[in-house]
Order: sequence, then C-alpha cells, then structure tokens
Amino acid sequence: MQNLIQIRWHGRGGQGAKTAALMLADVVFSTGKYVQGFPEYGPERMGAPITAYNRITDNKIRVHSNIYEPDYVVVVDETLFETVDVTKGLSKEGALIVNTARNKNEIEKLLNGYQGRIYTVDARRISMETLGRYFPNTPMLAAVVKVSGLMPDETFLNEMQQSLEQKFAGKPAVVEGNMQALKSTLQEVS
Amino acid sequence: MSIKDRLSGNEAVAIAMRQINPDVMSAFPITPSTEIPQTFSSFVANGQVDTAFIPVESEHSAMSAAIGSQAAGARSLTATSSCGLALMWEVLYVAASNRLPIALALVNRTLSGPININCDHSDSMGARDSGWIQIYSENNQEAYDNFVQAYRIAEHAAVRLPIMICQDGFITSAAVENIELLADRDVQGFVGEYHPESYLLNSKQPLAIGPYAVSAYCMEAKRAQLEALKNAKQVTLDVAKEFAALSGREYGLFEEYKLADADYAMVIIGSAAGTAKDAVDQLRAAGQKVGLLKIRLFRPFPGEEIAAALQKSKVIACMDRTESFNGRCGPLGAEVKSALFDAQLMPPVINYVYGLGGRDVTVEDFITVFAQLAEIEQTNDGGKKYRYLSLRE
Repeated sequence: MQNLIQIRWHGRGGQGAKTAALMLADVVFSTGKYVQGFPEYGPERMGAPITAYNRITDNKIRVHSNIYEPDYVVVVDETLFETVDVTKGLSKEGALIVNTARNKNEIEKLLNGYQGRIYTVDARRISMETLGRYFPNTPMLAAVVKVSGLMPDETFLNEMQQSLEQKFAGKPAVVEGNMQALKSTLQEVS
Repeated sequence: MSIKDRLSGNEAVAIAMRQINPDVMSAFPITPSTEIPQTFSSFVANGQVDTAFIPVESEHSAMSAAIGSQAAGARSLTATSSCGLALMWEVLYVAASNRLPIALALVNRTLSGPININCDHSDSMGARDSGWIQIYSENNQEAYDNFVQAYRIAEHAAVRLPIMICQDGFITSAAVENIELLADRDVQGFVGEYHPESYLLNSKQPLAIGPYAVSAYCMEAKRAQLEALKNAKQVTLDVAKEFAALSGREYGLFEEYKLADADYAMVIIGSAAGTAKDAVDQLRAAGQKVGLLKIRLFRPFPGEEIAAALQKSKVIACMDRTESFNGRCGPLGAEVKSALFDAQLMPPVINYVYGLGGRDVTVEDFITVFAQLAEIEQTNDGGKKYRYLSLRE
C-alpha cells in the first residue's frame, strides 16, 4: 500500500473516539483517498477503555486487522496512561497526540521512553468554551489532522462544515460550536 | 454508473434494501440486531421506500412474520445477528421447506458463552443445514453486491429458496470503507418486480402452505427441496454474470487468488480473506508459490468445483472461524476434506480454527500458516491436523 498512514485512537466508552475515527475516514474520503475507520469493542459500558483505528492510503485496502504499528496515536483520555501502553508500536517518525492541560514534560514522564514527537491540546477547555459540554472528540479530530498534515486546514474545515450541517440539520448552534472547537484546536495544538 | 461513497457494511446493506424497496421487512429492531434495521426503518419513516416495516418482539417472530408475508405473495426480508439468528432456528427450516425466497441480512457474530459480542461464524455455521442458500462477503462492497444479487438467486423458478447474505460483525459491518454503489434505477431494473407463481392471496388459486406431511411424503418433499438448493449453484453463476455486465465486478461460487500454480493453498471465508491476500502477496514477492480460495457460496457447497481448483495444491490450510466440537475439524474443514476425498485427492489438509469471539488475525498470522504448510511438505510430517491459530497458551 502506497503512502499508508495508520492511526490508533485510545479513549473511553462515551467520549466519541469511535465517532471521531469514523468522521476522520469520512473527511479524508472527500480528498479522494482510500480509507478505513473502525472500532474495537471491549466490554460494552460507559467509561471502559476503547480503541479505534484509521488506515489512509492511495490504494484499495484489503487488510482487516487491528493496527499494531501506528504512525499516530491519539489519546482522548489521559487517565488511560495508567492502564494502557498507548505508545506501544508507535513509529518514532510519527507522533503522540494527547488531550491534556499538562505540559509535554509531564506527559513524557508517563511514557515508556517514547522517542518520537509529542503534541498536546487542552480539548476539555476548548470543548467547554465552544460547546458548553465535554465532547473531546471534535478537538482531537482537528488535532490529528493538523499534526499529520493529512489535508490543508481550509479543506478540512470546509468538509467538516458540510458534514456537521448534514448531521445536525436544524441545530445551527451545535454546528457553530463544533466548528469553533475545530478552529481553536488547529491553532492551539502544539 | 457507479457512485463512489464511504459506508459501513451495515449502511451498505441498508442502502441495497432501500434500492430494492421490498414489500415487507419484519425485524427485531434492537440488540442483538445491528444498525441495518435501524437505518432501513429511517428510510421507511422518510418515505424513501413503501415497505411495510414490522417491529416484532423477537427474532422468532421476525422470521415467522417474513414467512407469513412471503407466503401471502409479498417480497420479504429481515436482518439479524448472533443469538438473534439462533432464536430464529426453528422457523428457518419452515421458510426453506415451504420454498419461500426470503432474504436475510446476517451480520456474523459469536454465540455465547463466554458472553462476547464480536465476530465469528458460529451463528450462520450452526444454521448451515437449515436449507437456506448461504453467501459470504469479504468487505462492505461484497455485502452490498451480494445483497443486490440475492433475490435474483432466491426467486429463480428453479430455486425458490430463502437466502442468507453474511458479513463479518464489526470487522466489516461497523467499519467505514470506500464503496461503489449502483444507481437506484439500475438496482431496481436488475432485481425486477416480484411476481410469484403461487401465493396465498391469489383468490383464483386456493392454496395450502405448510401442511402436515405424513411419512409417505416427507422424504420426497425433502428430496425435491435438495434439488432446488442444488440448482442455486448454476443460478448464482448466471446472476453473477449479469451483475458483472451491470457493475463491472465479477463474482463466482468462490474466488481464486493466485491459486492456479500454488503449492500451498488456504481456503477461507469472510473478511480475513483480505488480510490473507496481503500475506499471499508478501510471500509471492519472496518467490513462494502460495494462493488462496475464498468461499462465496457455502450452501449449496460447490465441492466438485473446489476440489478441481485445489487439485494441484500440495498442502492445504482450511480456516474455520467457528468451533464445531467434533474434535476433528470445523464445518469448512469437513466440507473441503470430503470434497477432496470424493475427487480422490489426498493432500495433507490442516484445519485451523481462528478469530473466535473477535480475536484479531493479522497478515503475520497467515504468513505463519503458510510457513507451517511448507514445513509439512518439506519434512513429510503432517503433525496435528487440527490446530488453533494464535492461541495464548
């Protein structure tokens, strides 16, 4: 597979990590790529650790297994550092993207000596400011697009605007809040 | 004309149903079923189809309602998964023996216990002897394409039997992937209107369906049913040919992937076939003659054709995604070995059980299988004929 990009999402049931992976597949499809977005379910309950995955490439994807050597890992819930080895198999050339208010040095200490880049964004604050509720998946979606350079910011925002207007027809405030969350994240993730 | 889209396997099948616009869908609308009835019921609510949607209180009732409406003369369907299919068990046989061409969208998930919701083939494999036609899909595209072809096979005058279109739970049903859809009018033109020859609501031709058959007639009825099921093989090929002319996508009884000159062959069903093809390509690039046979039609089982396709293989792996507790082989292993025996072919066949309860299976796992096949040929030692793949010991 040419130019294969593999992404692994770590979250907890109810935080929308699976939805974010499916939305990423959706938005990347619009750029003409081949995509996969799929969840891995553990016990079905709110708060249980869940994993979701994306493959993105220029060719048809046949493989139907989980991803063990991702290019990017997105951690939607930082309490998972205590129980899940989130950087397992993560490429040194790739990056770890974490939803946290803490600084990078503190995050680095929680990892098993991961050598690659680390990016952080405070998705909780952004979500509370823009949506008034804690939906970390929208900011984390913007963060992974920014860090991976999958597409230009403008293309991403245009696609998301259309997609959100379709999904939340009749709820312009939700569309506006989500769009603001995406824009803030694109600027703040570092 | 094809429409490029990205859909989960569930969405893809629901869209095929919308394009077909059947007369009746009876379904148990929540878990253990999938998003298929949920998505389809939104098409009903939005007026995109004029199907009568019957949300029943159990899967036994879902199949019973489909049997009633199909017998009345209405094109009917249902969708389920896992223990939902198990609860239909009794009436699956009634649908088949009454020659009712109902379509069922099955998402393959395991049967408890231990309690687990993920993919394996224990649900449909348990129903393999119920008299239904069974077709399996590798990905969302195949699930869609197979469903579009379903009624053409099931309703054919030489067949008239119910058909089960299977895809792997979560792995393809919940995964969003690229897909090419057909235009609505192309699907409608391909599937056509349903005009049953005999049906209960035809007042000019009074009819009894499903009466008691005394012992003097029961065997003859079963034998006639078998003949119809055997006919499904040729009809499946004929329908696939027409479908290829419409879509450009070709289907057979099974798919041969780099099999013609393969020393080591793998026989497999469902989504893992795609993963195994990547393993085949990697090994071919390293100069190894390996190939794959992916089952599409499992009932009726095309044994003679499969034996012919495998006749040059020196060692064969049969991959079963279910445990049938006979201690010797799984359902696919039993079928393939029996077909080879009848064709007087006696290569070593290793039957692997894999992927139970959603256990992930990787390209590397399949490379290990092919390495074991090569070792068997080189050492002339078959070892254990029944093995578990990537089991934690």
